Amino acid sequence: MDFRFSEKEEAFRREVEDFIKKELPADWTEKNIYWPGGYGTLAEFEVVNPQIERFRRGLAEKGWLTISWPKEYGGAGRTNIEQAIFHERISYYRAPAGEVATEIGGPTIMLFGSEEMRREWLPRIAKGETRFWLAYSEPNAGSDLASLQTRAVDDGDDLIINGQKTWSTAAHVSHYAWMVVRTDPTAPPHKGITLLIVDNNSPGVTIRPLINICGFHSFNEVFFDNVRVPKKNIVGERNKGWYYLMVALDFERLVIPMGGFRRTFEEITQYAKETKHNGQPLSHEPLIRNKLAEIAIQIEVAYMFFWQTAWMLDKGLVPNIEASVLKLVTTELSQKLANAGMQVMGHYGQLERNSKWSPLRGRVSAGYLDCISALVGAGTSEIQRNIIAMRGLGLPRG
Amino acid sequence: MELGLTEEQEMLKTSARDFLEKECPKQLVRQLDESDKGYSPELWRKMAELGWMGLVFPEKYGGSGGSFLDLIVLLEAMGYNILPGPFLSTVVLGGLTILAAGSEEQKKEFLPKVANGETILTIALTEPSADYNAASIKTKTTARNDGYVINGTKLFVPDANVADYILCVARTKEGKNPEDGVAVFLVDAKSPGVKCTLLKTLARDKQCEIIFDNVTVPKKNILGKPDQGWPIVEGAIQKATVAKCAEMVGGAQAALEMAVRYAKERVQFGRPIGSFQAIQHYCANMVTDVDGSRFITYKAAWEVSEGLPATMDVAIAKAWISEAYGRVTLLAHQIFGAIGFTMDHDIHLYYRRAKAGEIMFGDGDFQRAIVASELGL
Repeated sequence: MDFRFSEKEEAFRREVEDFIKKELPADWTEKNIYWPGGYGTLAEFEVVNPQIERFRRGLAEKGWLTISWPKEYGGAGRTNIEQAIFHERISYYRAPAGEVATEIGGPTIMLFGSEEMRREWLPRIAKGETRFWLAYSEPNAGSDLASLQTRAVDDGDDLIINGQKTWSTAAHVSHYAWMVVRTDPTAPPHKGITLLIVDNNSPGVTIRPLINICGFHSFNEVFFDNVRVPKKNIVGERNKGWYYLMVALDFERLVIPMGGFRRTFEEITQYAKETKHNGQPLSHEPLIRNKLAEIAIQIEVAYMFFWQTAWMLDKGLVPNIEASVLKLVTTELSQKLANAGMQVMGHYGQLERNSKWSPLRGRVSAGYLDCISALVGAGTSEIQRNIIAMRGLGLPRG
Repeated sequence: MELGLTEEQEMLKTSARDFLEKECPKQLVRQLDESDKGYSPELWRKMAELGWMGLVFPEKYGGSGGSFLDLIVLLEAMGYNILPGPFLSTVVLGGLTILAAGSEEQKKEFLPKVANGETILTIALTEPSADYNAASIKTKTTARNDGYVINGTKLFVPDANVADYILCVARTKEGKNPEDGVAVFLVDAKSPGVKCTLLKTLARDKQCEIIFDNVTVPKKNILGKPDQGWPIVEGAIQKATVAKCAEMVGGAQAALEMAVRYAKERVQFGRPIGSFQAIQHYCANMVTDVDGSRFITYKAAWEVSEGLPATMDVAIAKAWISEAYGRVTLLAHQIFGAIGFTMDHDIHLYYRRAKAGEIMFGDGDFQRAIVASELGL
C-alpha cells in the first residue's frame, strides 16, 4: 500500500498546476463563486469570458479537455489516478474543464457510435468546439427516467420529435442536445428508448430559461415542436438508448470537484482565523473548532473514496459501491460545508455578494442555496442509495 | 498510488478470518465476555503458534519482521470476529512500545516472550480523571536506593487482570510543563503493592483499576529516560489508536454483513424487508460508513507504518470510526428489530463494542479537537 503519488503522477500534478497558474486569469479563482457539488453557480452561466475560452482551448491542445479519452481519439491517454489528479487540481482553482460532450457524449460515441459518427463528432468535441447539454429529464420523468414521454417518429431519413425536456443545465450555452426519446411506445419502458444528438438550431426547438434559487440562469426548459433530426444522429442502435445511458453513468465517476471542497474549506477556515468575535479569533471557539474539524474529517473520507475509485478503475475492478458512495458523500458534503460556513459566519453569512460586508464575496450565502441542487442533480441521494443497496449489496428489487 | 493489500496481506486476512471463525465461535466469545480472565489461554497459544504475537517484531526478537500494516490487517480480522483478549494490549501497547523505546536488554528480555505468547502486557496510563494528556498523570514516584517507588491509582487499564507486566506511566518530576517529568516503568504485575480490580463494563472488555501502593521498581526497568517518557506514551497511543480503528472496522464490517443477510431473508408483507427502500437506505448508509472507515484507517496505518507524520490522519480516522461504528450497529439493530434486542442474538455484542471502542483512546469530540489544532485553528 502506498498513498503517495508515483513520480510520474507527481510530475503530472505539477504540470497541471503550472498550466492552471499560468493560463487561468489571475483573479478567476477568487471571483468565481462556484460552490462544489452544486449546479446553480457555475460561473460560465454568468459571463462569457474570452480569457476562459482561451483557457479551454489550451486544455484542448493538451488533450486535457478530453482527459478520459484514449489518445487515438484526441484524448490524453491518462490513467484514472491521473484523471483524478487533474479533476482535483482543476476544481481546486474553480477552473472550467470538460462538459457533457467530453465526459458523456464522446465516450459513448466511442463505444457505441458508428465509424462515421466517430469521425463526425469526436474531433470537434476534443477541440472544445462542440458542446452538448443533457436532454434526459422531463416534467414527469425525473428519478423514474425510463418513463420519459418525448416521442420520435419516422419520416423517411429523419425522425420527427415532439415533447419537452427540463432542468436542462447549460442548454442555452451549448450547441447540441444529447437526448433520449421514446421510439417504441409499445415496448416496455426501458426498451423503447433511443439516444440521439439534436442541433439546438433546428426549427421547432425553443429554449426557455428557468431561474434557479441562487438567482442565476443555469438551467432551462426546452420544447421540441415537430423537430426534424436526421437518422444518422442516432447513437448506436435504435431502442437501445437506456442501455447506453446506464453504461455512460460509469464515464463520469471521477468528475468530482474534490479540490473545490478543499479550496472552499480552506477559505472558510482562514476566515475563522482572521475574524474576531468578543476580542478572540472565531477559530478559538470550541464549537467552531469542532464544526470545522468535522468538515475536515468528512473531506478526507471523501478523498479516500475518490482515490479508491480511481485506483480500482485502473486495476480493472468495478467500483459499484465506491462510485455511488463517492457521489453520495460528496454531494452531502456540499450541503454540510455550506451549513458549516453559515455557522462560522453567523449574521454575515446571509449577505449576498456585492455587499462590502459580505465575506468571501458571498460565496457561502450562494452555496447555502446551491447545495440544494447537489443532492438532486445527476441522480438524487435516494437513487444513489438504491443503487448502492441493489447493485452493491445485492438487496432485492422493491 | 497503490491502494491494495499485498498478496501476503490478503492471505493473512483470509487465513486469520478462517482460523477465528473455527476457533473462536460466538459461543466462546460470550463465555470469555462473562469470564474474569477475558481470554482463552488455549486459543492464545494457538495464535502464538501461528506467529500472530510475533508478526510485527524483528526476527532477532523472535518475530517475523512484518510491518505495522500487516498487523492492521490482522487486527481487522480480529475485530471482524470480535475476538476477546489482550492482543492489542500485549502487542501494540506493550510490545511495540518496548520495541520503540526499550534498551537492547529490555527488548531481549520481553519481546521474545511476547512473540511466543508467554508474556501478556499492558499500559497503565489513564487515571480517575480519564484523560489522555500528560497533565492527568498524577501517579507519583520517588527515587529510592537503586530504584523507584510508585504510588497512585490507574483506571480503565485494559487487560491488567491478566497482564504479567504493566507499563506504568508515572510522574517523576513536578514542573511547569506537564509533559516534562513523566516516565514509563516496566512493573511486574506480581510486585507487592500492586492491587488490580476488574471493572464490569458495558462491552465486557476487561478494564481495571490498579492501585500502586508503595510499589518498588528497579532502575533498570525504566523505559527510556526518566522525565522524558511522554513522547514514548504518545507513540504508544498513536499506534494503539490506529490498531483500535482497525478492530472497529472489522466489527463494523461484520455487523453490516449480518444486517444485509437478514434483510434478504426476513419476509414481511410478503416480501424480503431488504426490498423496502427504508431498509435499503439504511444498508447503503452502513456500507458508506464501513468502507470510509476502512480507507481512512488504512491511510493512517500506512503513515504510521512508514514513519510519516500521522497525527492528523490518525485523529481523522478515530473521529470518523468512533461515530461510524456506532451508527452502523444502531442501524443493524433497527433492521433486526425485536430479535436483535435479545441476549441470544449476536448483534448486541457489536453494539456494545462500538461504544467501548469509541471511548477508548478518545472519542469523536476528543479527536476533532486534535484535528482542529492540526488545522492551525
